[in-house]
Amino acid sequence: MSDYNFAYLDEQTKRMIRRAILKGIAVPGYQVPFASREMPMPYGWGTGGVQVTAACLTPDDRLKVIDQGADDTTNAVSIRKFFQRSAGVAVTEATAEATVIQTRHRIPETPLCEGQILVYQVPIPEPLRFLEPRETETRKMHELEEYGLMHVKLYEDIARHGTIATAYAYPVKVEERYVMDPSPIPKFDNPKLSDNPAIQLFGAGREQRIYALPPYTQVVSLDFEDHPFEASKAPHDCDLCGAGDSYLDEVITDDRGSRMYVCSDTDFCAGRRAAGHVGRLGQPGAAE
Amino acid sequence: MGAVDMDICARVKEDRPLLSVQGVKKLYGNRIGCTDVTFDLFPGEVLGIVGESGSGKSTLLGCLAGHLKPDAGRILYDGRDMGALGEPERRRLSRTEWAFVHQNARDGLRMGVSAGGNVGERLMAVGARNYGTIRDTAADWLGRVEIAADRIDDRPSAFSGGMQQRLQIARNLVTGPRLVFMDEPTGGLDVSVQARLLDLLRGLVRDLGLSVVIVTHDLAVVRLLADRLMVMKSGRVVEQGLTDQVLDDPQHGYTQLLVSSVLQV
Repeated sequence: MSDYNFAYLDEQTKRMIRRAILKGIAVPGYQVPFASREMPMPYGWGTGGVQVTAACLTPDDRLKVIDQGADDTTNAVSIRKFFQRSAGVAVTEATAEATVIQTRHRIPETPLCEGQILVYQVPIPEPLRFLEPRETETRKMHELEEYGLMHVKLYEDIARHGTIATAYAYPVKVEERYVMDPSPIPKFDNPKLSDNPAIQLFGAGREQRIYALPPYTQVVSLDFEDHPFEASKAPHDCDLCGAGDSYLDEVITDDRGSRMYVCSDTDFCAGRRAAGHVGRLGQPGAAE
Repeated sequence: MGAVDMDICARVKEDRPLLSVQGVKKLYGNRIGCTDVTFDLFPGEVLGIVGESGSGKSTLLGCLAGHLKPDAGRILYDGRDMGALGEPERRRLSRTEWAFVHQNARDGLRMGVSAGGNVGERLMAVGARNYGTIRDTAADWLGRVEIAADRIDDRPSAFSGGMQQRLQIARNLVTGPRLVFMDEPTGGLDVSVQARLLDLLRGLVRDLGLSVVIVTHDLAVVRLLADRLMVMKSGRVVEQGLTDQVLDDPQHGYTQLLVSSVLQV
């Protein structure tokens, strides 16, 4: 792919994106506008995340791409291949070995460490979007820290469902200042946002916004005193590796209502099976 | 009359005006929105502003509430110059010490949020973070504006026009404002619903000791609610005084026309 510049984008574009990233890191949780480029993929497939990843990659990096926790789904495979071809970087499926991880809708189960960069694909960066449709007004609300409306959403949840039913894209407050949409990660992952040693970058391509959490940023999930935040997951263990503390996908296995629960993080699950852990439906020594 | 005067005296305790308007002027290009408006509003006082459509009532109200920027003149709230006040402070005031009741309830409500959420929004905006307390307060206020407790989780779109207007009032008064702006609060409601709403408003204004600026073209509304009356025509105040005095003994030609235009049933 010598016809293209390293990591697809030209150097001036990468420079522009890096400036937005640096500003985002300087003001944690603040949505920085950037001149999002047309990418060779449709909006909604991670155009924002891909641009941020492209701006962060160096030839020495090792890239991991996950989609809903899995390394082997269409979105993850195609983005990984894209950077293999356009940047020639090494790729991996192991969370611990990756230097840059692009993710859609999950934070890996394996704790991240210093020096790693986690890039989120964000469809709608504005947490107040569906509460207040005017962008001029939401910007003003961020500016003046008028976040009462966010709690109106949570109030409506409790009034209607008896509990805070928002299960993903659960709003958080960053360093007691900006309210931020953590992208549609399950709220199970919200506690991992806070005090994380890795750099967390959020890219929204269609909406042309980048925001960031520098390492060890305090991130608090919004809640009520009498309805505290709860990082919920399906009340099961993984049927393949037996893990009781990882986020699970529910898989329907036949048309008679049988189902199994498996870790959504495929790398985590495979690692546990390789280490000899076996779940309800797993076979000992069956890990690939 | 005597009883009413005593009532006013009891409520007007402080000497300092809550709202002091000095020579306010608002132009739309070369046209006059309102000009040369001067008055004081004291704590616990209800000021009615009447006039025909296009007389500058709503423009004046917009200036007072900070929605419009006057071209000349000063507005002092509690001794502070509103023109010099920054936007954060103005917005804070508008959701704590002020309230604005729109003519069309849909402008003042969030139609996609339940009645309880609508009332609770101002509480949450000023930092309430206890669901139980917010809900209890919302239920209490729905009761005060005569909305049945079992409608608390219904959306305003399922409410009648009169209920929506009462809900809007509850939503505005829940944080205990000192100054309420009302723009034709009874507009578009049928007569019996108007009467109940006015009765309710009168009770709330008396109980809470609110200062109110109420804009209307309906003389019956100001007769019932307002202590003082200002009559506007073509952007100017043509007459002001005690409500009963102005309505029973109108001096200005336009006021005489206005009063005599009311249909007697």
